[in-house]
Amino acid sequence: MTAAARPAAATPGVDLAPGVDLAPDVDLAPGVAPPPDVAGPAGPTGPTGRAPVAALPPARPGRAAAVLTGLGLAAVALVIASAGIGQMDIPPDQVIHLLAGKLGLELGTAPEATNAEAVLMSVRLPRLALAALAGAALATAGALMQGVFRNPLAEPGVIGVSAGAAAAACGGIALGAGALGPWSTAGLAFAGGLGSTLLVYGLSRAGGRTEVVTLVLTGVAVNAVAGAAIALFVFLADSSAREEIIFWQLGSLNGTRWQYVAVAAPVVVVAVTAAMTLARPLDLLSLGERSARHLGVDVERLRIGVIVLVAFLTAAAVAFSGIIAFVGLVAPHLMRMALGPGHGLLLPASALGGAVLLMAADLVARTAVNYADLPIGMLTSLVGGPFFFYLLRRARRQAGGWG
Amino acid sequence: MAALLAAHGVHYQVGQAQILRGIDLAVRPGEVLVLAGPNGAGKSTLLAVLAGDIRPTDGQVTLDGRALHGIGVKALARRRAVMLAEAQVSFPFSVADVVRMGRAPWRGGQEEADDAAVAAALAATDTLDLARRIFQTLSSGEKARVAFARALAQQADVLLLDEPTAALDIRHQELVMSLARREAGRGRAVLAVLHDLSLAAAWADQLALIGDGRLVGAGPVAEIATPDRLSDLYRHPIGVWPDPATGLPVVAPIRGRRPVTPCVA
Repeated sequence: MTAAARPAAATPGVDLAPGVDLAPDVDLAPGVAPPPDVAGPAGPTGPTGRAPVAALPPARPGRAAAVLTGLGLAAVALVIASAGIGQMDIPPDQVIHLLAGKLGLELGTAPEATNAEAVLMSVRLPRLALAALAGAALATAGALMQGVFRNPLAEPGVIGVSAGAAAAACGGIALGAGALGPWSTAGLAFAGGLGSTLLVYGLSRAGGRTEVVTLVLTGVAVNAVAGAAIALFVFLADSSAREEIIFWQLGSLNGTRWQYVAVAAPVVVVAVTAAMTLARPLDLLSLGERSARHLGVDVERLRIGVIVLVAFLTAAAVAFSGIIAFVGLVAPHLMRMALGPGHGLLLPASALGGAVLLMAADLVARTAVNYADLPIGMLTSLVGGPFFFYLLRRARRQAGGWG
Repeated sequence: MAALLAAHGVHYQVGQAQILRGIDLAVRPGEVLVLAGPNGAGKSTLLAVLAGDIRPTDGQVTLDGRALHGIGVKALARRRAVMLAEAQVSFPFSVADVVRMGRAPWRGGQEEADDAAVAAALAATDTLDLARRIFQTLSSGEKARVAFARALAQQADVLLLDEPTAALDIRHQELVMSLARREAGRGRAVLAVLHDLSLAAAWADQLALIGDGRLVGAGPVAEIATPDRLSDLYRHPIGVWPDPATGLPVVAPIRGRRPVTPCVA
């Protein structure tokens, strides 16, 4: 065998430097092999010359802008359509007129009905706003959880965080803590969400990773305990508190007021913004906790940050809309399929996608049956449950079972 | 030359189990140090201690004379790169994205320089044509080369490799070890855990043998890789012969029931 007979470690078509014969045959002595100078004497960020950078795929998929624009347009279209559709129909041009009027613009046609503005401003818009906020919050929480659990099946509803938040809030309602103002229920929901997130995280991890089966079974247990707590509170509560608790369990955006939006909006905006700053460490975490640490990620701090954010986001959504499951599963999954797994895009796209998803779901909840407001949590579970099942099947096919 | 990364009297204990018992080891710039030993000898634990993943129960590890645990994770990531024995990625990232992650410690530099380093690392490890593939769809040997490329792209002074060649074919074993040598040639300190002692003999400057948590021998390969020491360590008759072409030691188990008197390289 001669040096010429052995192919250099060159990829065909790749312009490797001369002298790249990486394994000279005869002289294997240390230090004698000519070092293949492929990378050049690159410093930490120094240019490396010859390297075929063009062969790399772009760091961001080309369709990112298109997907985000499409979602944005869908959100706008949903706002206009959903604001107009209902027991009192307001045509789109009149909706646009009213919305533009709030911004000081003259657009569209003035509404015919005298109470159109009242219906729009005090009933439909706060409800839409809360749907968008809750959807964004749940989807972002789902994306964050999936990142930190390194498991695409994590979701606040599935693993019991929503139920934990709801149980704490229901306890507050049943025991009369709700009289302390809108923040008290939200505060309890947050405490319950944080507690159950910590519980699931502590129980389902082993050796730095979370097995699918452990995660899902932990969720079953947490959901069961939270369900029992809610049942107890239903038993203890008086009849008006009972009705309120039932609403929590089913999930609904009915009767949303601007005050709720005012409480939820700052929490969601701050938490989603904070989540974006964790995109890069979350990417690195997908290599595993040790490798992430080798690349400079303070894994412990990242985990705590994510858990607190998830609790805030879930609580903000759950506190005013009850348990709305599977949004946090479906939205990040669809976005990952469209845009790839990089969290820099995945987090904002999930937030936007979750908002669109929940606004659409709420439109269906309001309009599917005449004179009835379907519980939105029921709707999302109806669609999300089978989707979850599909993901489980796919995970089994691809990864050879519970991993 | 002075040690870049050094273990001083390192002990590591989990419960009642003594994994490491007083290890002194120095990884010097410009050298490839191979760590070898039987299964369960403590090689990967020692690598984890040297990487700063776990703190020794006694003794300490220093980088440039400073205690390793006193260096922050971010600063440390610019000084040492680690390739673990099993590369796993939990979401469908492309190969290029995975190797780009190796540039994370240098964030704030120029993206172009980053991508040049990424492309160079991919080209060097013969994985450039896999750049667009999803990491999970690769074979284990391809995964190992991509993981190695990620460690190369990090361009750190210390390179710690846990069984970098375990899943590789002969050509890529030679490729990876030649790249480890190249990095040493650039003044970096390289430590590799290897099972293939002939590979170690061909490419390493120093060989450290570890058995039952203790260092059995450390020094130039030809001095350390003796049939007696190896047979003793692995509890199996092992022969060492000089390669007829290069004179470098070739290490192989002696098969059959007759222990042959081996010649020493």
